[in-house]
Amino acid sequence: MQDFTDSFRFMVDNLSLLLDKTGEHLVLSAAAIAVSLVIAIPLGAWLGHLHRGSFIAINVSNVGRALPSLAVIAIGIGLLGLGFVNVLVALVVLAVPPMITNAYVAVDQVDRDAVEAARGMGMRPSEVFRRVELPLAVPLLFAGIRTAAVYVIASATLAAIAGGGGLGDIIVNQASYGIPGVLAGAIWVAALAVVADVGFGALQRLATPRGLRGEAEAGPVVGGAAVETASAPA
Amino acid sequence: MSLAAVIAQADPVIPDFGGGGSCVRENRTFCWNWFQDNWSGTFQPALIDHIVLTLIAVGIGFAISLAAALFAHRHGWFEGPFTVVSGILYTIPSLALFQILVPITGLTVTTAEIALVSYTLLILFRNILTGLRGVPEDVREAARGMGLTPRQVLLRVELPMALPAIIAGLRVAVVTVISLATVAALIIDQGLGKPIFDSLNAPFNTAFIAAGALAVALALAADGLLVLAQRIASPWAAARAR
Repeated sequence: MQDFTDSFRFMVDNLSLLLDKTGEHLVLSAAAIAVSLVIAIPLGAWLGHLHRGSFIAINVSNVGRALPSLAVIAIGIGLLGLGFVNVLVALVVLAVPPMITNAYVAVDQVDRDAVEAARGMGMRPSEVFRRVELPLAVPLLFAGIRTAAVYVIASATLAAIAGGGGLGDIIVNQASYGIPGVLAGAIWVAALAVVADVGFGALQRLATPRGLRGEAEAGPVVGGAAVETASAPA
Repeated sequence: MSLAAVIAQADPVIPDFGGGGSCVRENRTFCWNWFQDNWSGTFQPALIDHIVLTLIAVGIGFAISLAAALFAHRHGWFEGPFTVVSGILYTIPSLALFQILVPITGLTVTTAEIALVSYTLLILFRNILTGLRGVPEDVREAARGMGLTPRQVLLRVELPMALPAIIAGLRVAVVTVISLATVAALIIDQGLGKPIFDSLNAPFNTAFIAAGALAVALALAADGLLVLAQRIASPWAAARAR
Protein backbone atom coordinates (compact mmCIF):
# COMPACT_ATOMS: atom_id res chain seq x y z
CA MET A 1 0.00 0.00 0.00
CA GLN A 2 2.92 2.25 0.87
CA ASP A 3 4.31 1.63 -2.64
CA PHE A 4 0.97 2.58 -4.09
CA THR A 5 0.88 6.00 -2.42
CA ASP A 6 4.57 6.44 -3.25
CA SER A 7 3.77 5.81 -6.89
CA PHE A 8 1.54 8.88 -6.92
CA ARG A 9 4.30 10.91 -5.31
CA PHE A 10 6.56 9.55 -8.07
CA MET A 11 4.11 10.83 -10.67
CA VAL A 12 4.19 14.30 -9.18
CA ASP A 13 7.98 14.39 -8.78
CA ASN A 14 8.73 12.94 -12.21
CA LEU A 15 5.93 14.45 -14.23
CA SER A 16 8.20 15.64 -17.04
CA LEU A 17 9.82 12.20 -17.36
CA LEU A 18 6.40 10.55 -17.49
CA LEU A 19 5.15 13.04 -20.06
CA ASP A 20 8.26 12.49 -22.19
CA LYS A 21 7.83 8.75 -22.10
CA THR A 22 4.10 9.06 -22.74
CA GLY A 23 4.95 11.11 -25.81
CA GLU A 24 7.30 8.40 -27.08
CA HIS A 25 4.72 5.78 -26.27
CA LEU A 26 2.03 7.61 -28.22
CA VAL A 27 4.26 8.30 -31.21
CA LEU A 28 5.22 4.63 -31.44
CA SER A 29 1.62 3.46 -30.99
CA ALA A 30 0.20 6.00 -33.42
CA ALA A 31 2.77 5.06 -36.05
CA ALA A 32 1.99 1.38 -35.64
CA ILE A 33 -1.76 1.98 -35.79
CA ALA A 34 -1.40 4.21 -38.86
CA VAL A 35 0.70 1.69 -40.77
CA SER A 36 -1.67 -1.12 -39.80
CA LEU A 37 -4.68 0.90 -40.95
CA VAL A 38 -3.14 1.48 -44.36
CA ILE A 39 -2.42 -2.23 -44.77
CA ALA A 40 -5.44 -3.84 -43.15
CA ILE A 41 -8.49 -1.71 -43.83
CA PRO A 42 -8.34 -1.57 -47.64
CA LEU A 43 -7.48 -5.26 -47.83
CA GLY A 44 -10.17 -6.42 -45.41
CA ALA A 45 -12.84 -4.09 -46.77
CA TRP A 46 -12.15 -5.03 -50.39
CA LEU A 47 -12.28 -8.76 -49.61
CA GLY A 48 -15.55 -8.11 -47.80
CA HIS A 49 -16.87 -6.23 -50.84
CA LEU A 50 -16.04 -9.22 -53.03
CA HIS A 51 -17.33 -11.68 -50.38
CA ARG A 52 -14.17 -13.65 -51.05
CA GLY A 53 -11.50 -15.17 -48.86
CA SER A 54 -13.70 -15.43 -45.80
CA PHE A 55 -11.69 -18.34 -44.41
CA ILE A 56 -8.44 -16.40 -44.46
CA ALA A 57 -9.95 -13.06 -43.45
CA ILE A 58 -11.68 -14.55 -40.43
CA ASN A 59 -8.96 -16.92 -39.33
CA VAL A 60 -6.12 -14.45 -39.64
CA SER A 61 -7.23 -12.86 -36.39
CA ASN A 62 -7.29 -16.21 -34.62
CA VAL A 63 -3.70 -16.75 -35.67
CA GLY A 64 -2.85 -13.16 -34.83
CA ARG A 65 -4.30 -13.43 -31.36
CA ALA A 66 -2.22 -16.54 -30.73
CA LEU A 67 1.04 -14.74 -31.55
CA PRO A 68 2.96 -14.03 -28.32
CA SER A 69 3.88 -10.34 -28.45
CA LEU A 70 7.32 -10.67 -26.85
CA ALA A 71 8.15 -13.54 -29.22
CA VAL A 72 7.19 -11.41 -32.21
CA ILE A 73 9.38 -8.58 -30.90
CA ALA A 74 12.25 -11.05 -30.32
CA ILE A 75 12.02 -12.35 -33.87
CA GLY A 76 11.94 -8.73 -34.98
CA ILE A 77 15.16 -8.00 -33.08
CA GLY A 78 16.78 -11.05 -34.66
CA LEU A 79 15.84 -10.00 -38.17
CA LEU A 80 16.00 -6.21 -37.95
CA GLY A 81 18.06 -5.38 -34.88
CA LEU A 82 17.18 -3.26 -31.87
CA GLY A 83 15.31 0.00 -32.23
CA PHE A 84 12.18 1.88 -33.20
CA VAL A 85 11.65 0.30 -36.63
CA ASN A 86 11.85 -3.24 -35.31
CA VAL A 87 9.28 -2.55 -32.63
CA LEU A 88 7.08 -0.75 -35.12
CA VAL A 89 7.10 -3.78 -37.40
CA ALA A 90 6.34 -6.12 -34.50
CA LEU A 91 3.40 -3.98 -33.39
CA VAL A 92 2.06 -3.83 -36.94
CA VAL A 93 2.22 -7.62 -37.12
CA LEU A 94 0.11 -7.75 -33.96
CA ALA A 95 -2.39 -5.05 -34.98
CA VAL A 96 -3.12 -6.01 -38.58
CA PRO A 97 -4.97 -9.33 -38.04
CA PRO A 98 -7.87 -8.06 -35.89
CA MET A 99 -8.26 -5.07 -38.23
CA ILE A 100 -8.47 -7.26 -41.33
CA THR A 101 -11.06 -9.56 -39.77
CA ASN A 102 -13.26 -6.71 -38.57
CA ALA A 103 -12.99 -4.82 -41.84
CA TYR A 104 -13.91 -7.96 -43.74
CA VAL A 105 -16.88 -8.80 -41.55
CA ALA A 106 -17.99 -5.16 -41.45
CA VAL A 107 -18.35 -4.93 -45.22
CA ASP A 108 -19.36 -8.55 -45.79
CA GLN A 109 -22.36 -8.30 -43.42
CA VAL A 110 -23.80 -5.13 -44.96
CA ASP A 111 -27.48 -5.68 -45.75
CA ARG A 112 -27.64 -7.34 -49.17
CA ASP A 113 -30.95 -5.61 -49.90
CA ALA A 114 -29.30 -2.20 -49.53
CA VAL A 115 -26.57 -3.28 -51.95
CA GLU A 116 -29.16 -4.64 -54.39
CA ALA A 117 -31.12 -1.40 -54.20
CA ALA A 118 -27.98 0.64 -54.87
CA ARG A 119 -27.21 -1.53 -57.88
CA GLY A 120 -30.79 -1.16 -59.07
CA MET A 121 -30.36 2.61 -58.90
CA GLY A 122 -27.57 2.18 -61.41
CA MET A 123 -24.53 2.59 -59.18
CA ARG A 124 -21.30 1.12 -60.40
CA PRO A 125 -19.61 -1.50 -58.12
CA SER A 126 -17.04 1.07 -56.97
CA GLU A 127 -19.83 3.50 -56.11
CA VAL A 128 -21.73 0.83 -54.23
CA PHE A 129 -18.57 0.15 -52.25
CA ARG A 130 -17.85 3.81 -51.52
CA ARG A 131 -21.33 5.18 -50.96
CA VAL A 132 -23.27 2.26 -49.52
CA GLU A 133 -21.08 -0.49 -48.14
CA LEU A 134 -18.39 1.60 -46.45
CA PRO A 135 -20.73 3.98 -44.59
CA LEU A 136 -22.83 1.06 -43.39
CA ALA A 137 -19.67 -0.79 -42.31
CA VAL A 138 -18.30 2.07 -40.23
CA PRO A 139 -19.47 0.93 -36.78
CA LEU A 140 -17.86 -2.49 -37.05
CA LEU A 141 -14.84 -1.14 -38.85
CA PHE A 142 -14.17 1.22 -35.97
CA ALA A 143 -14.78 -1.52 -33.44
CA GLY A 144 -11.87 -3.41 -34.97
CA ILE A 145 -9.63 -0.35 -35.02
CA ARG A 146 -10.48 0.29 -31.39
CA THR A 147 -9.54 -3.26 -30.35
CA ALA A 148 -6.29 -3.09 -32.25
CA ALA A 149 -5.42 0.35 -30.88
CA VAL A 150 -5.86 -0.71 -27.26
CA TYR A 151 -3.82 -3.82 -27.94
CA VAL A 152 -1.03 -1.79 -29.56
CA ILE A 153 -0.85 0.69 -26.67
CA ALA A 154 -0.61 -2.14 -24.15
CA SER A 155 1.95 -4.08 -26.20
CA ALA A 156 4.07 -1.00 -26.85
CA THR A 157 5.13 -1.32 -23.21
CA LEU A 158 7.22 -4.31 -24.23
CA ALA A 159 8.95 -2.08 -26.76
CA ALA A 160 11.27 -0.85 -24.03
CA ILE A 161 12.92 -4.26 -24.06
CA ALA A 162 13.84 -3.81 -27.71
CA GLY A 163 14.98 -0.22 -27.42
CA GLY A 164 11.74 1.28 -28.68
CA GLY A 165 11.31 3.68 -25.77
CA GLY A 166 7.97 4.63 -24.25
CA LEU A 167 6.50 4.08 -20.80
CA GLY A 168 7.98 0.59 -20.72
CA ASP A 169 11.37 2.26 -20.19
CA ILE A 170 10.22 3.28 -16.73
CA ILE A 171 8.62 -0.08 -16.00
CA VAL A 172 11.72 -2.15 -16.90
CA ASN A 173 14.03 0.20 -15.07
CA GLN A 174 13.19 -0.78 -11.53
CA ALA A 175 16.85 -0.31 -10.61
CA SER A 176 16.54 3.44 -11.12
CA TYR A 177 12.92 4.16 -10.34
CA GLY A 178 12.06 1.53 -7.73
CA ILE A 179 8.71 -0.20 -7.29
CA PRO A 180 6.80 3.12 -7.03
CA GLY A 181 8.19 4.03 -10.46
CA VAL A 182 7.18 0.65 -11.90
CA LEU A 183 3.69 1.09 -10.45
CA ALA A 184 3.42 4.63 -11.75
CA GLY A 185 4.42 3.50 -15.25
CA ALA A 186 1.91 0.65 -15.12
CA ILE A 187 -0.91 2.93 -13.98
CA TRP A 188 -0.13 5.34 -16.84
CA VAL A 189 -0.12 2.60 -19.44
CA ALA A 190 -3.42 1.23 -18.14
CA ALA A 191 -4.91 4.74 -18.09
CA LEU A 192 -3.66 5.38 -21.61
CA ALA A 193 -5.31 2.20 -22.85
CA VAL A 194 -8.59 3.14 -21.18
CA VAL A 195 -8.46 6.67 -22.62
CA ALA A 196 -7.76 5.27 -26.09
CA ASP A 197 -10.67 2.84 -25.71
CA VAL A 198 -13.07 5.61 -24.71
CA GLY A 199 -11.68 7.98 -27.35
CA PHE A 200 -12.04 5.51 -30.18
CA GLY A 201 -15.50 4.66 -28.89
CA ALA A 202 -16.47 8.33 -29.23
CA LEU A 203 -14.93 8.47 -32.72
CA GLN A 204 -16.89 5.37 -33.64
CA ARG A 205 -20.12 7.04 -32.57
CA LEU A 206 -19.26 10.23 -34.47
CA ALA A 207 -18.38 8.35 -37.63
CA THR A 208 -21.52 6.24 -37.58
CA PRO A 209 -24.11 7.47 -40.10
CA ARG A 210 -27.08 8.98 -38.33
CA GLY A 211 -29.44 6.30 -39.58
CA LEU A 212 -27.44 3.61 -37.84
CA ARG A 213 -27.08 5.34 -34.49
CA GLY A 214 -29.13 4.01 -31.65
CA GLU A 215 -29.00 0.52 -33.07
CA ALA A 216 -27.26 -2.03 -30.92
CA GLU A 217 -23.69 -0.91 -30.21
CA ALA A 218 -21.37 -2.89 -32.40
CA GLY A 219 -18.76 -4.87 -30.56
CA PRO A 220 -15.60 -6.16 -32.18
CA VAL A 221 -15.94 -9.41 -34.04
CA VAL A 222 -13.27 -11.96 -33.55
CA GLY A 223 -13.91 -15.47 -34.72
CA GLY A 224 -13.73 -18.46 -32.46
CA ALA A 225 -14.50 -17.25 -28.99
CA ALA A 226 -18.06 -17.03 -27.80
CA VAL A 227 -17.32 -13.96 -25.73
CA GLU A 228 -14.66 -11.61 -26.82
CA THR A 229 -12.69 -9.48 -24.46
CA ALA A 230 -11.71 -6.15 -25.89
CA SER A 231 -8.06 -7.04 -26.35
CA ALA A 232 -5.28 -9.18 -24.97
CA PRO A 233 -3.11 -8.08 -22.07
CA ALA A 234 0.53 -7.41 -22.81
CA MET B 1 28.53 -12.38 -18.30
CA SER B 2 26.24 -14.66 -20.23
CA LEU B 3 27.39 -17.10 -22.83
CA ALA B 4 25.89 -15.00 -25.57
CA ALA B 5 27.81 -11.98 -24.32
CA VAL B 6 31.03 -13.96 -24.41
CA ILE B 7 30.31 -15.12 -27.91
CA ALA B 8 29.41 -11.69 -29.17
CA GLN B 9 32.70 -10.29 -28.00
CA ALA B 10 34.69 -13.37 -28.93
CA ASP B 11 38.00 -12.80 -30.55
CA PRO B 12 38.65 -15.09 -33.52
CA VAL B 13 41.53 -16.62 -31.51
CA ILE B 14 39.08 -18.13 -29.03
CA PRO B 15 37.97 -21.56 -30.24
CA ASP B 16 34.38 -22.32 -31.24
CA PHE B 17 31.72 -22.09 -28.61
CA GLY B 18 29.40 -25.00 -29.14
CA GLY B 19 29.85 -25.16 -32.89
CA GLY B 20 28.41 -22.33 -34.93
CA GLY B 21 31.88 -21.10 -35.81
CA SER B 22 32.08 -18.07 -38.00
CA CYS B 23 28.29 -17.81 -38.15
CA VAL B 24 28.13 -17.18 -34.41
CA ARG B 25 31.12 -14.85 -34.39
CA GLU B 26 29.61 -12.73 -37.14
CA ASN B 27 26.18 -12.91 -35.50
CA ARG B 28 24.43 -13.85 -38.72
CA THR B 29 20.65 -14.04 -38.82
CA PHE B 30 20.28 -17.70 -37.87
CA CYS B 31 23.01 -20.20 -37.03
CA TRP B 32 21.43 -23.62 -37.41
CA ASN B 33 24.46 -25.45 -35.96
CA TRP B 34 24.47 -23.30 -32.84
CA PHE B 35 20.75 -23.92 -32.39
CA GLN B 36 21.23 -27.69 -32.70
CA ASP B 37 24.10 -27.64 -30.23
CA ASN B 38 22.07 -25.65 -27.71
CA TRP B 39 18.74 -27.41 -28.22
CA SER B 40 19.11 -29.95 -25.45
CA GLY B 41 20.88 -27.59 -23.06
CA THR B 42 18.85 -24.41 -23.49
CA PHE B 43 15.83 -24.53 -25.74
CA GLN B 44 14.30 -27.89 -24.94
CA PRO B 45 14.25 -27.25 -21.15
CA ALA B 46 12.93 -23.72 -21.76
CA LEU B 47 10.14 -25.11 -23.94
CA ILE B 48 9.19 -27.73 -21.36
CA ASP B 49 9.24 -25.17 -18.52
CA HIS B 50 7.08 -22.91 -20.66
CA ILE B 51 4.49 -25.65 -21.17
CA VAL B 52 4.47 -26.49 -17.46
CA LEU B 53 4.11 -22.81 -16.47
CA THR B 54 1.19 -22.50 -18.88
CA LEU B 55 -0.59 -25.66 -17.77
CA ILE B 56 -0.36 -24.74 -14.08
CA ALA B 57 -1.58 -21.19 -14.67
CA VAL B 58 -4.51 -22.22 -16.86
CA GLY B 59 -5.38 -25.08 -14.49
CA ILE B 60 -5.53 -22.88 -11.41
CA GLY B 61 -7.19 -20.05 -13.33
CA PHE B 62 -9.83 -22.43 -14.64
CA ALA B 63 -10.58 -23.81 -11.18
CA ILE B 64 -11.04 -20.31 -9.73
CA SER B 65 -13.07 -19.08 -12.70
CA LEU B 66 -15.31 -22.15 -12.74
CA ALA B 67 -16.08 -21.78 -9.04
CA ALA B 68 -16.72 -18.05 -9.46
CA ALA B 69 -18.88 -18.57 -12.54
CA LEU B 70 -20.98 -21.28 -10.87
CA PHE B 71 -21.49 -18.95 -7.92
CA ALA B 72 -22.40 -16.04 -10.20
CA HIS B 73 -24.74 -18.31 -12.15
CA ARG B 74 -26.75 -18.85 -9.00
CA HIS B 75 -26.21 -15.43 -7.39
CA GLY B 76 -26.32 -12.87 -10.19
CA TRP B 77 -24.99 -9.98 -8.07
CA PHE B 78 -21.53 -11.61 -8.01
CA GLU B 79 -20.92 -11.07 -11.72
CA GLY B 80 -20.30 -7.32 -11.45
CA PRO B 81 -17.67 -7.28 -8.71
CA PHE B 82 -15.74 -10.25 -10.10
CA THR B 83 -15.70 -8.75 -13.59
CA VAL B 84 -14.45 -5.41 -12.25
CA VAL B 85 -11.63 -6.96 -10.20
CA SER B 86 -10.48 -9.36 -12.91
CA GLY B 87 -10.84 -6.57 -15.46
CA ILE B 88 -8.48 -4.34 -13.50
CA LEU B 89 -5.94 -7.18 -13.21
CA TYR B 90 -6.30 -7.72 -16.93
CA THR B 91 -5.25 -4.16 -17.79
CA ILE B 92 -2.03 -4.12 -15.73
CA PRO B 93 0.93 -4.56 -18.09
CA SER B 94 2.53 -7.92 -17.34
CA LEU B 95 6.00 -6.37 -17.32
CA ALA B 96 4.86 -4.32 -14.33
CA LEU B 97 2.73 -6.93 -12.55
CA PHE B 98 5.61 -9.40 -12.34
CA GLN B 99 7.83 -6.78 -10.72
CA ILE B 100 5.14 -5.45 -8.38
CA LEU B 101 4.62 -8.95 -6.97
CA VAL B 102 8.31 -9.61 -6.37
CA PRO B 103 8.52 -7.73 -3.02
CA ILE B 104 5.58 -9.83 -1.80
CA THR B 105 6.38 -13.33 -3.02
CA GLY B 106 9.99 -13.02 -4.19
CA LEU B 107 11.73 -14.07 -7.39
CA THR B 108 9.86 -17.35 -7.46
CA VAL B 109 7.72 -19.44 -9.77
CA THR B 110 4.84 -18.66 -7.40
CA THR B 111 5.12 -14.98 -8.27
CA ALA B 112 5.06 -15.76 -11.97
CA GLU B 113 2.08 -18.08 -11.58
CA ILE B 114 0.07 -15.56 -9.54
CA ALA B 115 0.49 -13.01 -12.33
CA LEU B 116 -0.26 -15.52 -15.09
CA VAL B 117 -3.36 -16.83 -13.30
CA SER B 118 -4.65 -13.30 -12.83
CA TYR B 119 -4.70 -12.78 -16.60
CA THR B 120 -6.87 -15.86 -17.21
CA LEU B 121 -9.68 -14.97 -14.81
CA LEU B 122 -11.60 -12.39 -16.84
CA ILE B 123 -11.62 -14.47 -20.02
CA LEU B 124 -12.52 -17.79 -18.43
CA PHE B 125 -15.10 -16.37 -16.02
CA ARG B 126 -16.98 -14.54 -18.76
CA ASN B 127 -16.95 -17.47 -21.15
CA ILE B 128 -18.06 -20.04 -18.57
CA LEU B 129 -20.84 -17.78 -17.33
CA THR B 130 -22.04 -16.94 -20.83
CA GLY B 131 -22.00 -20.63 -21.69
CA LEU B 132 -24.09 -21.52 -18.66
CA ARG B 133 -26.55 -18.71 -19.31
CA GLY B 134 -26.85 -19.70 -22.94
CA VAL B 135 -28.60 -22.94 -22.02
CA PRO B 136 -32.25 -22.51 -23.11
CA GLU B 137 -34.76 -22.40 -20.25
CA ASP B 138 -36.88 -25.11 -21.99
CA VAL B 139 -33.99 -27.53 -21.83
CA ARG B 140 -33.45 -26.84 -18.14
CA GLU B 141 -37.19 -27.19 -17.57
CA ALA B 142 -37.28 -30.51 -19.41
CA ALA B 143 -34.35 -31.81 -17.38
CA ARG B 144 -36.09 -30.84 -14.16
CA GLY B 145 -39.30 -32.43 -15.42
CA MET B 146 -37.42 -35.69 -15.92
CA GLY B 147 -36.65 -35.59 -12.22
CA LEU B 148 -33.03 -34.45 -12.32
CA THR B 149 -31.74 -32.79 -9.16
CA PRO B 150 -30.17 -29.32 -9.50
CA ARG B 151 -26.71 -30.90 -9.31
CA GLN B 152 -27.59 -33.37 -12.07
CA VAL B 153 -29.01 -30.56 -14.20
CA LEU B 154 -25.70 -28.75 -13.84
CA LEU B 155 -23.45 -31.73 -14.51
CA ARG B 156 -25.45 -33.49 -17.21
CA VAL B 157 -27.18 -30.65 -19.02
CA GLU B 158 -25.80 -27.18 -18.34
CA LEU B 159 -22.05 -27.85 -18.32
CA PRO B 160 -22.05 -30.10 -21.42
CA MET B 161 -24.06 -27.49 -23.31
CA ALA B 162 -21.74 -24.73 -22.14
CA LEU B 163 -18.68 -26.69 -23.25
CA PRO B 164 -18.14 -24.95 -26.62
CA ALA B 165 -18.10 -21.53 -24.95
CA ILE B 166 -15.86 -22.83 -22.18
CA ILE B 167 -13.35 -24.26 -24.63
CA ALA B 168 -13.43 -21.04 -26.65
CA GLY B 169 -12.46 -19.24 -23.44
CA LEU B 170 -9.72 -21.77 -22.71
CA ARG B 171 -8.35 -21.15 -26.18
CA VAL B 172 -7.93 -17.44 -25.54
CA ALA B 173 -6.62 -18.05 -22.02
CA VAL B 174 -4.01 -20.55 -23.18
CA VAL B 175 -2.55 -18.37 -25.93
CA THR B 176 -2.59 -15.37 -23.59
CA VAL B 177 -0.68 -17.26 -20.91
CA ILE B 178 1.82 -18.64 -23.43
CA SER B 179 2.42 -15.07 -24.57
CA LEU B 180 2.82 -13.64 -21.06
CA ALA B 181 4.91 -16.55 -19.81
CA THR B 182 7.68 -15.30 -22.10
CA VAL B 183 7.63 -12.04 -20.13
CA ALA B 184 7.82 -14.04 -16.87
CA ALA B 185 11.49 -14.70 -17.66
CA LEU B 186 12.04 -11.16 -16.38
CA ILE B 187 11.83 -12.56 -12.84
CA ILE B 188 12.41 -16.33 -13.12
CA ASP B 189 14.94 -18.42 -15.01
CA GLN B 190 12.29 -20.34 -16.87
CA GLY B 191 10.44 -20.44 -20.11
CA LEU B 192 11.17 -19.32 -23.64
CA GLY B 193 11.60 -15.72 -22.55
CA LYS B 194 14.85 -16.66 -20.83
CA PRO B 195 16.97 -16.96 -23.99
CA ILE B 196 15.40 -13.68 -25.16
CA PHE B 197 16.22 -11.73 -21.99
CA ASP B 198 19.64 -13.41 -21.79
CA SER B 199 20.63 -12.17 -25.23
CA LEU B 200 19.45 -8.62 -24.68
CA ASN B 201 22.74 -7.66 -23.04
CA ALA B 202 24.62 -8.74 -26.11
CA PRO B 203 22.19 -9.15 -28.98
CA PHE B 204 22.56 -12.57 -30.55
CA ASN B 205 20.18 -13.03 -33.46
CA THR B 206 19.94 -16.82 -33.42
CA ALA B 207 18.79 -16.90 -29.78
CA PHE B 208 16.14 -14.22 -30.40
CA ILE B 209 14.76 -15.92 -33.47
CA ALA B 210 14.91 -19.46 -32.08
CA ALA B 211 13.16 -18.60 -28.81
CA GLY B 212 10.62 -16.36 -30.54
CA ALA B 213 9.82 -18.95 -33.19
CA LEU B 214 9.43 -21.70 -30.58
CA ALA B 215 7.02 -19.53 -28.58
CA VAL B 216 4.99 -18.75 -31.70
CA ALA B 217 4.95 -22.43 -32.70
CA LEU B 218 3.87 -23.46 -29.20
CA ALA B 219 1.02 -20.92 -29.17
CA LEU B 220 -0.22 -21.94 -32.62
CA ALA B 221 -0.01 -25.65 -31.76
CA ALA B 222 -1.93 -25.14 -28.51
CA ASP B 223 -4.55 -23.06 -30.32
CA GLY B 224 -4.91 -25.76 -32.98
CA LEU B 225 -5.29 -28.51 -30.39
CA LEU B 226 -8.06 -26.58 -28.64
CA VAL B 227 -9.89 -26.03 -31.93
CA LEU B 228 -9.84 -29.79 -32.38
CA ALA B 229 -11.10 -30.25 -28.81
CA GLN B 230 -13.89 -27.78 -29.55
CA ARG B 231 -14.99 -29.81 -32.59
CA ILE B 232 -14.96 -33.03 -30.60
CA ALA B 233 -16.80 -31.46 -27.67
CA SER B 234 -19.63 -30.11 -29.80
CA PRO B 235 -20.31 -32.53 -32.64
CA TRP B 236 -23.70 -30.91 -33.15
CA ALA B 237 -22.09 -27.64 -34.26
CA ALA B 238 -20.17 -29.39 -37.01
CA ALA B 239 -23.26 -31.33 -38.05
CA ARG B 240 -25.26 -28.09 -38.28
CA ALA B 241 -22.58 -26.44 -40.40
CA ARG B 242 -22.78 -29.22 -42.94
